[in-house]
Amino acid sequence: MLSRLAGSAFIFLILAGLLIAFSILEGRAFLSGDNFLNIAVDASELLLLAVGVTFVIITAGIDLSVGSILVLSSVIAAQTMVALSGTDQQVQNFTYPNQAVGIPVGIAAGLLTGLVCGFINGLLVTKLRLTPFIATLGTLGVFLGTAQILSGGTNVPYVPPAIQTHVSTRQLLGFLPVPIAIGLVVVGVAILALHRTQFGRYTYAIGSNAEAARRVGIDVDRHLLKVYTLSGFLAGLAGIIDVARFNTASVGAHTLDNLAAISAAVIGGTSLFGGIGSIVGSVVGTFIPAVLRNGFVIHGVQPFWQEVAIGIVLILAVFIDQRRRSAEERM
Amino acid sequence: MRGDEAVLQVRGINKSFGAVEALKDVDFEVRRGEVTALIGDNGAGKSTLINVITGVLEPDSGDIVFEGERVVFASPHDARERGIETVYQDLAVAPQLDAVANIFLGRERRKAGILGWLGFLDQQRMREETGEQLEELRVRIPDPTKPLSTFSGGQRQGVAVARAVMWASKVVIMDEPTAALGVAQVGMVLDLVRRVRETGIPVVFISHNMPQVFDVADRIVVLRLGEVVAELDPEEASTDDAVAAMTGSLRGGERE
Repeated sequence: MLSRLAGSAFIFLILAGLLIAFSILEGRAFLSGDNFLNIAVDASELLLLAVGVTFVIITAGIDLSVGSILVLSSVIAAQTMVALSGTDQQVQNFTYPNQAVGIPVGIAAGLLTGLVCGFINGLLVTKLRLTPFIATLGTLGVFLGTAQILSGGTNVPYVPPAIQTHVSTRQLLGFLPVPIAIGLVVVGVAILALHRTQFGRYTYAIGSNAEAARRVGIDVDRHLLKVYTLSGFLAGLAGIIDVARFNTASVGAHTLDNLAAISAAVIGGTSLFGGIGSIVGSVVGTFIPAVLRNGFVIHGVQPFWQEVAIGIVLILAVFIDQRRRSAEERM
Repeated sequence: MRGDEAVLQVRGINKSFGAVEALKDVDFEVRRGEVTALIGDNGAGKSTLINVITGVLEPDSGDIVFEGERVVFASPHDARERGIETVYQDLAVAPQLDAVANIFLGRERRKAGILGWLGFLDQQRMREETGEQLEELRVRIPDPTKPLSTFSGGQRQGVAVARAVMWASKVVIMDEPTAALGVAQVGMVLDLVRRVRETGIPVVFISHNMPQVFDVADRIVVLRLGEVVAELDPEEASTDDAVAAMTGSLRGGERE
């Protein structure tokens, strides 16, 4: 446990360094509670994707489809809400007599979509024995294409604004936006599940040596099915947050989310070879790009620089991690 | 300590893979408190026999009698349930997990009550039991809570053996446990084998290495081309006898 934390010390330092640098450069424009809440809300969807992908990568798998699952879930959630909240004419006039039914059912439909998509990924990996890379590369296209077919390729209009006021802009305890609260709960549960439970233990064991796990009687396929389903479910949850934040299902906005989530996990010390990783690392790995983007915008730097900086951080993080690991194994 | 009571007997086992007869009418016995060495050249059928005993392979014909009762092991899980544990040549440990996690892999202790139902692990109890087990077998590792990838080959083997012994109530099978080890580490593993025997649990020790076999075994069973060709007493037989039986140049120490 300690060594795992020490391994991610480097990225903690980077995040702390960024926070200090932008605070000095920009003062209160950056260093304020409101701005930090903005950063966290912006990062909340990616955070959920990164948490799910972390479990998958620790099993030595990969999930390239999380961005597509997010989009498909948000389209199905949004369309369900629109369809159930009133007649066509009513919703086009922005009246939603049945939104008390439409919104919860839409949320459930979105979550179920994520769950099913993840389950399909799991089946492809465990039953058809496809490598996770190929399986989820395929479903990346299938899920996104399905979302585009359903939505006609455009953002879903006439989503009841109540989802925005009730979920996205609503603040718990007077300050905590719901997307951040969801993120905190998911991160908390994920930390316990990964580091304290049998579920987490099996996740590491399968990534470390699947054959060894099989020989001691662990049902490897069943566990992988659960892990991919979890990743899909969290992507579905992120899709709901997306609908709530933007009051629509944005079909074109998440094509790079999968890579962003994977690089967040990898920056956070999760090994693509499996068996190693932590939720806390992935949280930090999510916030480094988020803070960079926010700081660059406030500082007036072209936001494209953020992509360059993240690429460098990713390469550095993996390089340092590899060196540390080979040093450890030489002992 | 030594007794003649057979814990596990296989009788008249046959197993073919296509045209290849891997095992021909093999009789083999594991007795309480004994280290039985199983030796033979590559392709002699050692692994096939072990796979039959541990439920990995189903024999074409023949019986397995375990504690006086005819049994069928349909899977390795069945054999483990009965208290037969195997230390594999490739160790089958998870290098990124620590010794505690490896020893309890698949048999984790959970916390009591609702937390346990939710799958929460009782880490402290597992740490304590691991410490006791390693202590009893005198396996010395730097820190049971460090990943095995930081351990030497011998230390990893020590953990693999400790795991097997911890869960084996009846028989421990070791498939070439010293193949990848240095001299000092081999000594440690052979000591471990003796200590397991002291606990009364019989050991099946598979090896190519004659000095090691003669060092540790109470009885040596020689396989050649799928048949048991000799059963030797290491007190009386010599290494040459064993090699001769293995290679078929001399039918020494013939079975009755």
